[in-house]
Amino acid sequence: MDFFLQLLVSGVVVGSIYALVALGFVLIYKVTRVINFAQGEFLMVGAYVCLALVAQLQLPFWIAFLMTMAVSVGLGLLIERLALRPMLGQPIIAIIMLTIGLSSVLKCAVLVIWGPNNRAYPQIFSQVPIHLGSVVISQVYLWSVGFAVLFLGLFTLFFRYSNAGMAMRAVADDQQAALSMGISLKKVFAMAWCIAFLVASVGGVFLGNINVVNVSLGFFGMKVFPAAVLGGLDSIPGAIVGGLSIGLIEALSGGYLDPLVGGGSKEVIPFIVLVIILMVKPYGLFGRAASAKV
Amino acid sequence: MLDATAGDDLRVVLEVEGVTLSFGGVNALLNVSLQVENGSIYSIIGPNGAGKSSLFNVISGLYRPQRGSVLFKGQDLTLLPAHKIAPLGLARSFQQVELFKGMTVIENLLLGRHIHMRAGLFSGGLFWGKAREEELRHRQVVEKIIDFLEIEHIREKTVATLPYGLRKRLELGRALALEPELLLLDEPMAGLNQEETEDMARFILDINQERRTTLLLIEHDMGVVMDISDRVAVLNFGELLAAGTPHAIQEHPAVIEAYLGAEDSVFPEGRSGSRNIL
Repeated sequence: MDFFLQLLVSGVVVGSIYALVALGFVLIYKVTRVINFAQGEFLMVGAYVCLALVAQLQLPFWIAFLMTMAVSVGLGLLIERLALRPMLGQPIIAIIMLTIGLSSVLKCAVLVIWGPNNRAYPQIFSQVPIHLGSVVISQVYLWSVGFAVLFLGLFTLFFRYSNAGMAMRAVADDQQAALSMGISLKKVFAMAWCIAFLVASVGGVFLGNINVVNVSLGFFGMKVFPAAVLGGLDSIPGAIVGGLSIGLIEALSGGYLDPLVGGGSKEVIPFIVLVIILMVKPYGLFGRAASAKV
Repeated sequence: MLDATAGDDLRVVLEVEGVTLSFGGVNALLNVSLQVENGSIYSIIGPNGAGKSSLFNVISGLYRPQRGSVLFKGQDLTLLPAHKIAPLGLARSFQQVELFKGMTVIENLLLGRHIHMRAGLFSGGLFWGKAREEELRHRQVVEKIIDFLEIEHIREKTVATLPYGLRKRLELGRALALEPELLLLDEPMAGLNQEETEDMARFILDINQERRTTLLLIEHDMGVVMDISDRVAVLNFGELLAAGTPHAIQEHPAVIEAYLGAEDSVFPEGRSGSRNIL
């Protein structure tokens, strides 16, 4: 039973980071219909930027964290302006290919600047674990899940109540009508890329604190993809549920199946579950069925 | 905002001048000109495919004409990006209702207030001082529209769950929330039953009289058009066939010929007449 609870905890922690990164992914899809294959690399860049500020510039972690958020928003703007805006009006498939290119460029940039070796954050969170009943949780896990939940909550409120968030939902729903309300599509698109980069970076910073930092952090995007598809590509609550589900499935299959099959089930089972769910619900758990529009 | 061309005649709020729009060599609009007087109800009629909706899309900036200009209060709309047009005081509805389907009635109406909200990224949602005052003012405008259109009972409903007639009404409400000086309505009566049509006609007249809003309509219901319009223009195959008072249009030989190729009047005597002739 303790083992099960322990797995649940780590599943929720990793799942909440999946959820956060998937939120950015889903947001871009909702607003621009582009599938962003560079979402994992956004996360990796965020992890490296914060690490550089903490380890190389010796800044206090929380200041470095805030600066990383600012840098991420800036990079999101830059990428939207330089790479995506010139592609407005082009076929979506071309823009999706562009995001694949973008992921390579970001990976190379990181390799050029920081090299291929594993790096680690200095110890930021106390290593004294916290006991909740019989379950032991390390402090970095608690901070990760806390921040993931905080950001998910903030963005949920943002989409629900703020002018900008409502405008984003309006654009996602009907671009022509949004234009006739005086909403600028370019501004909304730019905002979507900024938010996507921001949430990915936050995920990256905490993931970097849990594990080591290297270029393969970008592969995290491979897990965010099933999380988003599972929840429904165009649903933000879906991203949250999908992220948590993939995190839990991964942790439980890793804990119970790996000893039987000799490892690796963690990587496979989430995708098997994904395939099964998509057979039953092709648009994901919360996705809206596509409707033809003239 | 004003320039010489508008200075000549401030009674004209919208002036379409020599607009030509073509798609791959086919003319959707050919040298169309018309003038809409401030405070009037102006209707555009014509058979399907005559270019009526294309004209609306040119005026609201969704299509860019190859030739011609659209002056709204003296400013050429054809030079502006589509989202810069609403803030000038122009709102529209669409032929195929284009509401934000995943959102509630209130949210749709509040989005109509977008141009009046301050640009700040986070204002409005956060209840701090000025932002709170502003929020309350927007709520008041929206509540007035809800009262006016008698849609109190559906305020929290999601658009996707609403019947067609109410969607039409809500789309009108969302356009009203912009507090426009000129309102473009693309077939506001289409698909409505008799009672709903009468309601809609009443709303349009009230908007015109109480808010002094200028209205430009596309409508197929001849009874309604002839009843409520100050001016009527007829489009046929992208060209302006005639423009004038409803009476003049009903008598106009070219119009009669275009519709029936005969001299019998195609226009009913009043509201109760046959509908959707065109």
